[in-house]
Order: sequence, then structure tokens, then C-alpha cells
Amino acid sequence: MMTTASLAVPSTPAAPRRRAARRVLPGFNITLGYTLLYLSLVVLIPLSALLLKTFAMTWAEFWAAVSAPRVLAAFRLSFGASLLAAGANVVAGLLVAWVLVRYSFPGKKIVDALVDLPFALPTAVAGIALTAILADNGWIGQWLAPLGIQLAFNPKGIVIALIFIGLPFVVRTVQPVLEDTEKELEEAAACLGATRGQTFRHVIFPAIAPALLTGFAMAFARGVGEYGSVIFIAGNMPMVSEIVPLIIIGKLEQYDYAGATAVASMMLLVSFVMLLVINGLQAWQRRRHGA
Amino acid sequence: MSQTRAIPKRVRTTESPAVRRLLIGLALVFMGLFLVLPLAAVFVEALKAGWSAYWDALKEPDALAAIRLTLITAAIAVPLNLVFGVAAAWCIAKFEFRGKAFLTTLIDLPFSVSPVVAGLIYVLVFGAQGWLGPWLAEHDIKIIFAVPGIVLATVFVTFPFIARELIPLMQAQGSDEEQAAQVLGASGWQTFWHVTLPNIKWGLIYGVILCNARAMGEFGAVSVVSGHIRGQTNTMPLHVEILYNEYQAQAAFAVASLLALLAIVTLLIKTVVEWKHARELQAAAELPPERPHDSASNKAPALAH
Repeated sequence: MMTTASLAVPSTPAAPRRRAARRVLPGFNITLGYTLLYLSLVVLIPLSALLLKTFAMTWAEFWAAVSAPRVLAAFRLSFGASLLAAGANVVAGLLVAWVLVRYSFPGKKIVDALVDLPFALPTAVAGIALTAILADNGWIGQWLAPLGIQLAFNPKGIVIALIFIGLPFVVRTVQPVLEDTEKELEEAAACLGATRGQTFRHVIFPAIAPALLTGFAMAFARGVGEYGSVIFIAGNMPMVSEIVPLIIIGKLEQYDYAGATAVASMMLLVSFVMLLVINGLQAWQRRRHGA
Repeated sequence: MSQTRAIPKRVRTTESPAVRRLLIGLALVFMGLFLVLPLAAVFVEALKAGWSAYWDALKEPDALAAIRLTLITAAIAVPLNLVFGVAAAWCIAKFEFRGKAFLTTLIDLPFSVSPVVAGLIYVLVFGAQGWLGPWLAEHDIKIIFAVPGIVLATVFVTFPFIARELIPLMQAQGSDEEQAAQVLGASGWQTFWHVTLPNIKWGLIYGVILCNARAMGEFGAVSVVSGHIRGQTNTMPLHVEILYNEYQAQAAFAVASLLALLAIVTLLIKTVVEWKHARELQAAAELPPERPHDSASNKAPALAH
């Protein structure tokens, strides 16, 4: 859809009449103007404040803030936990999407609706609920504590919270693609003697791989920035279980605005890169499906 | 002999019943552990000390103030983003212009910015050390550590929800019907009100309830700009955090249970909306192709003949 649009635009200056004829609908100027104004006021100007504040720092100041051992440990933790959680979500999300699309079982509609719970449940509520379950006296924690397994108040808890947060991203990107895959191809593969496993590996998996990757990237991007669900379960020990957003909050509480800004600008950079990656993946997926 | 050979070998395009049951079981166990258990835990912990303790936690003045502030914040943020979402979807879906793809990406930007960073940027603009800080102090206007900052941060994090729901929907519908209305002499408003709005209403409702759920539940961004003044700048999620950190777990879960109820209601409305939308699509598909858009509301046109 985007490509046809961009192809149509260069031809219009040569044919101004046609352009006027195409815009029979009113309200273009006012809606675009309002969109740009509101976008600038709410998003672009405040974000540029962050960038300008960062550029006002000297390189040495910036580097000192970003490369402090405690900050580096937080970055390692945030990226590591988000990668692990997004990876787990690819497996679990594919499983849930597969079961919802291909099989029927009682209560399927409820399960389908429940997938969106992490979108709808406030993150702070998810955080305290997961902590209550996994703490040593919690529903699950009380069985694990005698075995010497502790899932709350350490990096494992962070990964669990991020799995909770990221699940719908994978399910909701894979589900529609799985619904659209052509059953005929699977039948053909089976007729040609492929086992079910081979059909999955060579026919189904390539078709849903772009969607799986998109879901992975979305879950990862969300995980890196996630705050509410993580801080209750993390334990928040410096160098061990302190995530990057908490570093920013800590610096703000000490009135270290420059330090907070430097760390935040690194996170913003990651957000930009992930946004481009996700857009690219989605374009790839659309091309796959268009072809 | 030859007849039996002609019967094709059964082609398997699904898994054996055992594998199927195993996969369904695994998926249900995972969903149960990760989604149902936390949700159930909220209500069980909230009611641990009985109903009267539950009500006491909700009737407490600070809790009531937090509930009020949350409702006010959502009541401002959702309509603002609703107007923006409709305007943005109109110009992006109905017109062609340079930089459209870039504009769409910018609208998605708040989704990928960490909530904490979202709060920080408003501190950098309106805070005491920020761009407008001295001017605001001079005129005695408080934005950071006050209600306006909370509303602004909420508007930021819920910014794309409605636009993002409407843009693909309106793009898929095209603008043929609107152009027909224009040719027939309808004004811009009439066209929007009578032609576009009925077509997008389900997507609109869906966007609004998701936007509302996030607006009422936002934690990270609001936490940075709020200042955590009890009874004044605490929203419900922040009140939950304070109670929890003060080891008043039962009270924290009582307030949290209201937010969990909000989530359940959101999911319910979403399911109903999807169901209604699917039914309308199906009804439209059953109509004759020469009148594809006669909806059920056009009161049985067949009777007129």
C-alpha cells in the first residue's frame, strides 16, 4: 500500500489538475495541520528537550554517566533479561497462537480473550501479583523455597515479569498470519510424503517466521523499557537486579538531571533502532504476503 | 484388488489426537501459570482479611483521592487522544502526501519509548531545572509534581492507541463511499458523521477502551512526574505502590483489585466488540453484491417491494 502511494506522488506535480481532482474529500489541511501540531506539542518538542540536553553535555560528562559500572550492569541486565523473556515468548506465544488457530477445545474464546490481559492489566498490579505468587510464602514460592529455588527478588523474577508483559505481542502478531496460511500447501506437502514435522519445518515455519521475529522484536523493545511490573519483583539490588529505568529514577531522585538524561538518551536510541527494526520486519512480512 | 488400491492413503494435515491434546494442555498450563494465577492472586490477597477490611481500604480518603485523580486523568487524556486519532486517521487514510509513512512511524513512537523516559522528558521541559521552569515559577504555575504533569505524561503514553486502531481500518475501507456522499452534496461534517463514523465505530470503541485502560493504569511515566503526594498527586497505581511498600499488602491489593476489574471489563468489551464486528461483516457478506452496504439498520428493505 505504501509503495503505490509513493509511486503516485512524483507524477502529481506534472499533472496538478489530477491532484486537485483526487482530493474531493474536504478536511485535509485542517486534519493534517492538527495532527502535526498535536504531535509536535505532545511528542516531538518534549523529546527534543531530551536530545538538546544531551548535546549540551560534554563528551566526557556523557561518557562518565553512561559507562559507570552500575549503569553498565543495568544495561546488561535489561538487555539480557529482555532477550531471554522475548525468546521464551516466541516459544510460548507460538504454542498459544497455534492451539488457538488450529484446534478447538472448550473455553477457547476465554483463553483467546485472556491473551490480552497483560495489555489491559496495569503493570504495577501485575508486578505485585507476580511477587505475591513467587515470594517464599506465595502460592508457587512456598513449594520452590524448600528446594532452594527462589524466583522473586532476583534477575529470574525480572525475566518472569517480562515474559508476562511480552506474551500478547508474539501471539497477536503470529495468530493472523497462521490463520492466513494456505492449508493446501500443507496438504500438498503431506501428499508428497512429508511427515507432519517436515511440513511444519519446511512449509509452515517459513511462512510465520517474519511474524515470529516481529513479535520477538516487539516483546524485546517493550521489555527493555518496562518499569512497573519489574520493580516489585526485582529486588532492585545495585549491580545485580537493578534495571535501566530504575537507574534513571534513582538519578532523578538525587537531582542528577544530566546523568538521568544521558542514560535516557541511550534508551531512546535503543527505542528508535527497535522501531526501525520492527517497521522493517513488518514491511518484509507484507511483501511476503503480497507475493 | 484394484479398488482398494484406488482409495488414497489418508493424508495427515493435522497432528495426532495425543499430540493435539498435549499441545493444548501445555498452552493451558502456561496461560494458567502466567495469566490466570496472578489475576486470581490479586482478588484472593485483597479479600484475605474479609470484606469489611476490603471496603475500609477502598473508603480511606487517600484511596478515594487516588481514584478521583485517576478518573480525572483518563477523562482528559482519552478525549484528547480521540480527537487526535480521528484527525490523524482521516488525513493519513483518505489522502496521499509525501512523508506519510514517516508520519505514521512518528505516531507510533510513544509505544516504543520507555514510560520512565516519557516522564523524564516532561520534567526536562516543565521541571524546576527545565526549559519553562523559571517562567512557570514566576507565574506560580505548577505542572511537574502536580496534576497537569500527570495528565501530560498520560497523554504521551496513550498517544498512539486510537490513531493506530483507526488508520489501518480506514485505509482498508478506502474513500469511495465518502466521495459518493460528496458528489451527492453532503457537507464534510455530514459525510464524516453519517458515512465514515458508522463504518469505523467498532474500531473506534476498541481504541477508546484500550486507551482508557492504559490511561488509568499507567505507572512508570506518572511515577516520575507525580511527586507522590498522598491525597493530591497519587493515582491508583501509585497508591498501590505506596501501600505495598508500607507493608499494607491487603490494602494495596484491594486498590489493585479495582484496576484488575477494569482490565477484565476492558477484555470483555473488547471481546463483545470483536464479536459484533464479525457479525456485521458476515451480514454484509450475505447481502446481494449490488447493494453491499445495506446494513441491518435499514429495516428490511425487501418488505417495500
